[in-house]
Amino acid sequence: MERSTLDLWVGLFVVAGLGALTILALKVGNLGSFGGAETYQISASFINIGGLKPRAAVKSSGVVVGRVDAITFDNDKFMAKVVMNIETRYKFPKDSSASVLTAGLLGEQYIGIDGGGEDAMLANGDALKLTQSAVVLEKLISQFMFDKAAEGGSAK
Amino acid sequence: MAADNLVEISGVSYAYDKRHPVLTGIDMVIPRGKVVAIMGISGSGKTTLLRLIAGWFKPTRGSIKVDGQLIHKLGREGLYQMRRRMGMLFQFGALFTDLTVFDNVAFQMREHTDLPAAMIRDIVMMKLQAVGLRGAHALMPSELSGGMARRVALARATALDPMLIMYDEPFTGLDPISLGVIRNLVRKLNDALGSTSIVVTHDVQEALDIVDYVYYLSEGVMVAHGTPEQMRASTDPLVHQFVWGEADGPVAFQYPSRDFSEELELV
Amino acid sequence: MFDRGAIINVRNVGRHAIDSVLRLGYAARFFALTLAHSGTSFRRPRLIVRELYFTGVLSMIIILVSGLFVGMVLGFQGYQTLNTYGSESALGVLVALSLVRELGPVVSALLFASRAGSAMTAEIGLMKATEQLSAMEMMAVDPIARVVAPRFWSGVISMPLLAAMFSAMGVYGGYLIGVVVIGVDEGSFWSQMQSAVDFREDIVNGVIKSIVFGIAVTWIALFEGYDAPPTAEGVSGATTRTVVTSSLAILGLDFILTAFMFRGI
Repeated sequence: MERSTLDLWVGLFVVAGLGALTILALKVGNLGSFGGAETYQISASFINIGGLKPRAAVKSSGVVVGRVDAITFDNDKFMAKVVMNIETRYKFPKDSSASVLTAGLLGEQYIGIDGGGEDAMLANGDALKLTQSAVVLEKLISQFMFDKAAEGGSAK
Repeated sequence: MAADNLVEISGVSYAYDKRHPVLTGIDMVIPRGKVVAIMGISGSGKTTLLRLIAGWFKPTRGSIKVDGQLIHKLGREGLYQMRRRMGMLFQFGALFTDLTVFDNVAFQMREHTDLPAAMIRDIVMMKLQAVGLRGAHALMPSELSGGMARRVALARATALDPMLIMYDEPFTGLDPISLGVIRNLVRKLNDALGSTSIVVTHDVQEALDIVDYVYYLSEGVMVAHGTPEQMRASTDPLVHQFVWGEADGPVAFQYPSRDFSEELELV
Repeated sequence: MFDRGAIINVRNVGRHAIDSVLRLGYAARFFALTLAHSGTSFRRPRLIVRELYFTGVLSMIIILVSGLFVGMVLGFQGYQTLNTYGSESALGVLVALSLVRELGPVVSALLFASRAGSAMTAEIGLMKATEQLSAMEMMAVDPIARVVAPRFWSGVISMPLLAAMFSAMGVYGGYLIGVVVIGVDEGSFWSQMQSAVDFREDIVNGVIKSIVFGIAVTWIALFEGYDAPPTAEGVSGATTRTVVTSSLAILGLDFILTAFMFRGI
């Protein structure tokens, strides 16, 4: 085998391999959609975050505006504190609210932000005051059963 | 008599493990510039002796000096330096099957020297010319016959003009013409390069024609040595049986076994 | 008191166990030597390039074809199952995650072991049997530096590239069956996939897996060849051992790596 032919094939091989990696990263994965955009951090406290995980999406009106950075337990307030990285180009008023929502019926959980009405915008390090915790299925069921039992009792 | 000895072996014993000694108490000298044969039947330990000289194994007892240096005491670097001045011809050539004849012969020069390509080419061609295969330089080892492969291996082993050339069964399995060719080359190359050669073989008649001295091993022990004439004239039964190829003698024809009549259940 | 045969058996088992441990130690030493003697490979990259052709380029066809078929099967099977829950739009997620996290690195490593690994074992075993390695040593060229190390690095480099090719082809195969043949919505196929497959968690972890597999498979293949008895049966036994040991190692390492990497998810 000629040296140059061998080199050609090996070169093609490496290009194909790296190309496959790039395709995977961009087309299959989420690298393209969230690269190295500038972000600022805001936080929000929830009574229950359900199944929310770090790196979950932060969406507003269904559009991804940021990612969950870290989730910690606030031992003073007995709430979960979620720190989010929001892309700098998206600004939210100080009275915006955050809720833990579920994508689809059984999907992953994400944070949804509803814009408020104030003029002042959230800055790096600010905290969202209004939050809505995740819907926990067990509590929903027990609530439903309780309501049903109360209904039955009052009907008698 | 006290000619400068290239290799001095004193009291060398070697064993893989306690139960299988391969060599016991070997004393040998290889004078510079001579062609010496180490002979013996299969399994007598002669190939092991060659490997000990090349520094493959360390003797369990005794010492081996090559060009004044204790070869078994050399570190890796020292051993490699020493090996660059040695050449070994392996039994079936051991050519690198993925390289051409030319690349095989050029191998050592490319690995160890910074010689320019033109010079390497000249040297390779000269070496191949010496073994009569200059026209075959572009062939692959798989395209060579046994005799040709061995000649190329010889060119490769002598590429850097080594001071010591070792041959491990160089005559095995060759046709009479190739045998004659290799035999002549062993002698010619040794004298032309001013080297010293050690030939390990059991091809008696071929070897006795070209060597200056013979050492005969049997079961790991040196039992006889002398010039070819002395070996031919020897009356020692072991040597006699070997030199003249007798079917039976000190080395028995029958493998150790039960009494034959017992075997056939006649008793 | 004990049956003599039983005592002999226990002794044999013990001896085998000790032999295995000894062999493992020898293999570890071999690995360390290979790494230590890698200087030549990096100073003369041509050696690695030449081996890359034999390990990488010649494995491409089988990897690409297998990747395509695996992806297509995933497309079929995945659709069947997801359809019962009305979640066919998640087909892209299923295909991509299965491939990138598991099937890509593992299956391509298994194929690599059978094709390139066994070839390396046979080649080195044959070189040993025909005394080529000894000849090299006699010419003061270290066979580990010249023959073993370049093959090792070519294996380590090839493996992640081949795994990526496998996964990419698989995703395409899944797309082919899911979207083109069956009719799953193209938009949701890709968009759900993109939001579910995380670069760091999934793709990078998959690459790490394939590098680990590459190291393991190449090490085993080269060691078996280097240690093979210099006979025909010896080399053929070594080749078989390479494939078997590599496969077990891949699956075992996969379990360990998966447990570490995908703990939280």
